[in-house]
Amino acid sequence: MAITKDHELHRRRFGRNLGLGTVLLALVVLVFGLTIVKVQNGNKLEAFDHQPRVSVLPAPAGTGAGN
Amino acid sequence: MSDISIYDDSQEAQFGDFVALLKPRVMSLVVFTALVGLLVAPVPVHPFVAFTAILFIALGGGASGALNMWYDADIDRIMKRTKARPIPAGKITEGEALGFGLALAGISCVMLALAANVFAGLFLAFTIFFYAVVYTIWLKRSTPQNIVIGGAAGAFPPMIGWAVATGGVSVESLAMFAIIFLWTPPHFWSLALFMKEDYSNAGVPMLTVTHGRKVTRKHILAYTLVLAPVAVGTAFTSIGGPIYLVTSLTMNALFIRGGYRIWRREEAAAEADGYRAEKAFFRFSLAYLFAHFTALLADSALKSLGIGGW
Repeated sequence: MAITKDHELHRRRFGRNLGLGTVLLALVVLVFGLTIVKVQNGNKLEAFDHQPRVSVLPAPAGTGAGN
Repeated sequence: MSDISIYDDSQEAQFGDFVALLKPRVMSLVVFTALVGLLVAPVPVHPFVAFTAILFIALGGGASGALNMWYDADIDRIMKRTKARPIPAGKITEGEALGFGLALAGISCVMLALAANVFAGLFLAFTIFFYAVVYTIWLKRSTPQNIVIGGAAGAFPPMIGWAVATGGVSVESLAMFAIIFLWTPPHFWSLALFMKEDYSNAGVPMLTVTHGRKVTRKHILAYTLVLAPVAVGTAFTSIGGPIYLVTSLTMNALFIRGGYRIWRREEAAAEADGYRAEKAFFRFSLAYLFAHFTALLADSALKSLGIGGW
C-alpha cells in the first residue's frame, strides 16, 4: 500500500499546476535571457561601489591613455 | 472523503479560465499597437528586450482586464454577452480575480521597468490604474462618455511601446495615442447601435440609451470628422511616409463616408435591413486601425532600407 494517497483534487488540478509550472519556467528563461542581453550590452558593468576602483577612476596625470 | 464530493468537477477553475480573465482578444490589439509603437521609434531595441517588453505590456493589459472583471462581476452576471465569463460562471471568485489582477499588475510593471526603463514601467502602471480605477470604477457607470474616456486606456499601449525604445514621450507617440483615442467612440457606438444589449438593466449609461440613437449617430459622424485630420496629419511627423499618407487618406475618406451614411439613416430603415450599414461600419473600423498601424510599420521598414519616408 502506498504511503501517500493521491487525492482526487490533485488529479483535477493537474492541468492548472502544469500550466503554472510552465509559466514559472518561462519566467526563469526570460529573466536569464534578459541578463545575458544586458550583460552583453555592457550596461553598468562596473559602477561606483563605495571604494575607489582603479578602472573607473580618471587616469592620473603623466600616464597617457593606451601606454 | 465525502466532504469534497459536493464540488462539481465542471466548476473547477482550469488554467484556461485564468487566461480568460486576461481578456486575450483585447490583449491582441494591445500587443499589435505596442509593437508598432516600439518598432517605429527612432531608437533600436534589442529583439529580446523588445519581446520581453511587449510580453509584459500585454500582461499589464491582461491584469487590468482581470481587475475589470473583478469590479464588473455584478453587471457581467446580468448581460447575456458576459454571462459566460469566469466569475459569473462561478469558476473563479471575485477575490481570486482581484488578487490575480493585482499580482500580475505588480509583476508586469516591475518587469517592464527592469527590462526597458523605469519610465515605461511607470507608464504601464498608470495605464492599468486608468483602466481599472478611472474607467471601470469611477466613470463607466456614471457617464455616457465612458467609452470616450475608456478609449484613452486603449490608446496608451503604442505610447508605452515608444517609451520602451526612447524612454519618453514625443509628438509621434502622442499622434498614435490620438488616433486610437478618437477612433474608439465611433467604433464602440456603431457596435452599440446594432448590439441592443441591456446596458440599462445593468446600470451602465450608454449613449444610445441616455441620449437616444439619433444623437449617437451624430456623435459617430462627428468623431470621424475630428479623427481624419489627426490621422492624416500623422503622415507629416517623423514616423509618417508616403505609404501611410495614401493609406490614411483612403481609409479616412471611407470612414467619413460610413459615418455620414450612419448619420443619414432613419432608425426604421436600419432595423429593416438588420443594421447592415452599422455592421459594415463596425467591421471597417477594425480594418481602419489595422491599416493605419501596418502602414506606419511599412514606412518605418522602408526607411530602414534607405527608401521611403520623407
